[in-house]
Amino acid sequence: MSSTAAVSRPANWQEWIRDHVFLGMSSRDYLKSLWTPADVIIGLILLAGIPVIIYRFVAGLGAVTNLDQTTPWGLWIGLDVASGVALAAGGYTVACTVYIFGQKKYSPIVRPAVLTGMLGYLLVVLGLLVDLGMPWHLPYPLFLHFGTTSVMFELAWCVALYFCVLIFEFLPAVLEWAGLRKVRLYLAKFTIGAIIAGVMLSTLHQSSLGSLFLLVPDKLHPLWYSPFLPFFFFLSSIAAGIGMVIFESSLSHKAFHDQIKKGRPVDLDGITVGLSKGGALVLFAYFFLKVQGVVAGGSWHLLGTKMGALFLTEMLGFILLPSLLFAFAAHFYKPGLARFAAILTVLGIVLNRINVSWLALNWDAPNRYVPSGYEILTSLTIIAIGVAAFRWIVNRMPVLVEHPDYKGIH
Amino acid sequence: MELTRRTLFRIAGAASAGAAASALAPAAQAALRARPDAKGVLVDTTLCVGCRTCEAACAEANKLPEPERPGDDTIFETRRETGPDSFTVVNKSPKKSPSGDDRFGKKQCLHCIEPACASACAVNALEKTPDGPVTYKANRCLGCRYCMVACPFEIPKYEYAKTVPTVRKCTFCAERQKEGKPPACAENCPMGALTFGKRDELIEEAKKRIYQNPDKYVHRVYGEEEAGGTSWLYISDVPFESLALKTRVQNSSYPARVEGALSTVPWVMTLWPPLLAGLYTFTNRKDAVQSEEETHE
Ligand code: SF4
Ligand code: SF4
Ligand code: SF4
Repeated sequence: MSSTAAVSRPANWQEWIRDHVFLGMSSRDYLKSLWTPADVIIGLILLAGIPVIIYRFVAGLGAVTNLDQTTPWGLWIGLDVASGVALAAGGYTVACTVYIFGQKKYSPIVRPAVLTGMLGYLLVVLGLLVDLGMPWHLPYPLFLHFGTTSVMFELAWCVALYFCVLIFEFLPAVLEWAGLRKVRLYLAKFTIGAIIAGVMLSTLHQSSLGSLFLLVPDKLHPLWYSPFLPFFFFLSSIAAGIGMVIFESSLSHKAFHDQIKKGRPVDLDGITVGLSKGGALVLFAYFFLKVQGVVAGGSWHLLGTKMGALFLTEMLGFILLPSLLFAFAAHFYKPGLARFAAILTVLGIVLNRINVSWLALNWDAPNRYVPSGYEILTSLTIIAIGVAAFRWIVNRMPVLVEHPDYKGIH
Repeated sequence: MELTRRTLFRIAGAASAGAAASALAPAAQAALRARPDAKGVLVDTTLCVGCRTCEAACAEANKLPEPERPGDDTIFETRRETGPDSFTVVNKSPKKSPSGDDRFGKKQCLHCIEPACASACAVNALEKTPDGPVTYKANRCLGCRYCMVACPFEIPKYEYAKTVPTVRKCTFCAERQKEGKPPACAENCPMGALTFGKRDELIEEAKKRIYQNPDKYVHRVYGEEEAGGTSWLYISDVPFESLALKTRVQNSSYPARVEGALSTVPWVMTLWPPLLAGLYTFTNRKDAVQSEEETHE
């Protein structure tokens, strides 16, 4: 393609880098532009956290974590891996809504949702890498040793494949940014196939994450253990996806206000209220199914115990309440309330994943695990990497606004 | 974008290939089950005197550091668990026998017939061998520690202190067994409390002892049904609980708990893609008709 074809095409690679990587600034100006509170906080977390991660690999898990023989899974699995997978569910939820169910009004949020999903899984993989004792064996279940009786095996496959699907789904934004028009248009042919594969893989591994705990009927507290665990995890991942998309889009629209102003106006309030209808329904179904779980498990009498209080907090404060708030927000058109409900939903799913994988697991063990400062710092570092990557990409690639040359192409 | 019938078929084809692959799962599940003449050990806790010779023999056979405080009875003051460097530990029962004697419980991996740990392992690092032992291959282990979460008896232990950590547990002396030798602990027990043999025959023997001394023994063989059956079996004249044996376990197979969930995988793989593709064509046709109508207006 000659440089006259696209007027905006720079003449040489230095200019390309300046325009595409340094946002059109000289490298010195660019560095200066990083002196914002958000960038400084992220920088400080990375500065403190990366040495800890290096130390973890030099000195072993025991040196940085409080994990012990009765608590083999702690904060990293509960927060970064289990919650991370659920919170990244916005990608498949929104893609399915827009492409499969044809709800085109949500298309402006597909790309940010897919990006959040992709980075979410990146964090999951990072979380796994720090948590696994021998992370260099991670490719084994994919290529060498097939433990087909293990839910973990299925999970490994689905997560690996779905991560690829997410990268593929996000590729158009990268190609538009890089100006590779032909490849971009060619790939559009495979969009639907990728989305169908993504929904299938997500159905499988979101529920499998719950199936992992089917194996521990006597270790997981009866209020959380249920043969319905895979359904709980699947349904709640949809709720988590909706919650995350609402939360993330409202944050983005504030943080990247200047960018969005320039693009085609997006009715974010309308989208938020529309999503909250879905959120209300899914959360209510989830609540109802969880009640069924307690009834079927015959564990009413445990509601009065300390663990029961934790369970009720999760059920009433973080499932039923956001469900009702979502319904209210949808009925009376209250986007602000929907955003609050979204935050509750997201917190509630994190609480659930942490409960199942940590607090309610071996709940009666004599010494309970509490994460170490290093573990918390490592988790923060992993999240900071995700936020930094999100900002870097959104500032450069067409995520929140359409690329002017590619209007209306899906 | 057009979704042709060909693509639909292609999607369905890919899906059923995947479904075929995961249909292998039940076969692999069956492979977990050991042969009927697999080996086991019968622990008659009424014969054990708490000398901890088994601990020392185990340490020697598995090249572990010597057990702590040998010959020192103060060790029985706290209940011990197995550890990365102690594959078996002997605990003293807080309850004395009806005859007023001290009772002890030896703890190690029970080598379940359908082990939760092996079924949980994504890379078959833990495996039930047909002869009985549940063995471990460190050179493929991910270190995910799902086996530790899964084991209802809390046996696998992890080397958190090491840079290259592995899972550690009793091996049932699989190497010795291959050479035709009994496990080191069983061979060295001076009281004959540990009988090594075929599991089926050991169950007969255990029941015979209970039958012949009905007033002495608890009328139950621990391990006959626990977790769906274990290679190691116990008989006792004090409650099994006080021997520090885990009793909050189910009397059926643990891997069976996930078989249902795993068997839905091929269904989702076969049904989802055509269903979603169908929905897609449906909604898109509707859209196309709609926009056509709009242009005609
Ligand atoms: S006792 Fe635990 S570690 Fe031993 S075979 Fe059974 S499940 Fe595995
Ligand atoms: S820690 Fe190792 S042996 Fe245990 S389940 Fe994971 S991969 Fe298998
Ligand atoms: S069978 Fe072998 S490894 Fe297991 S406790 Fe006995 S001596 Fe130790």
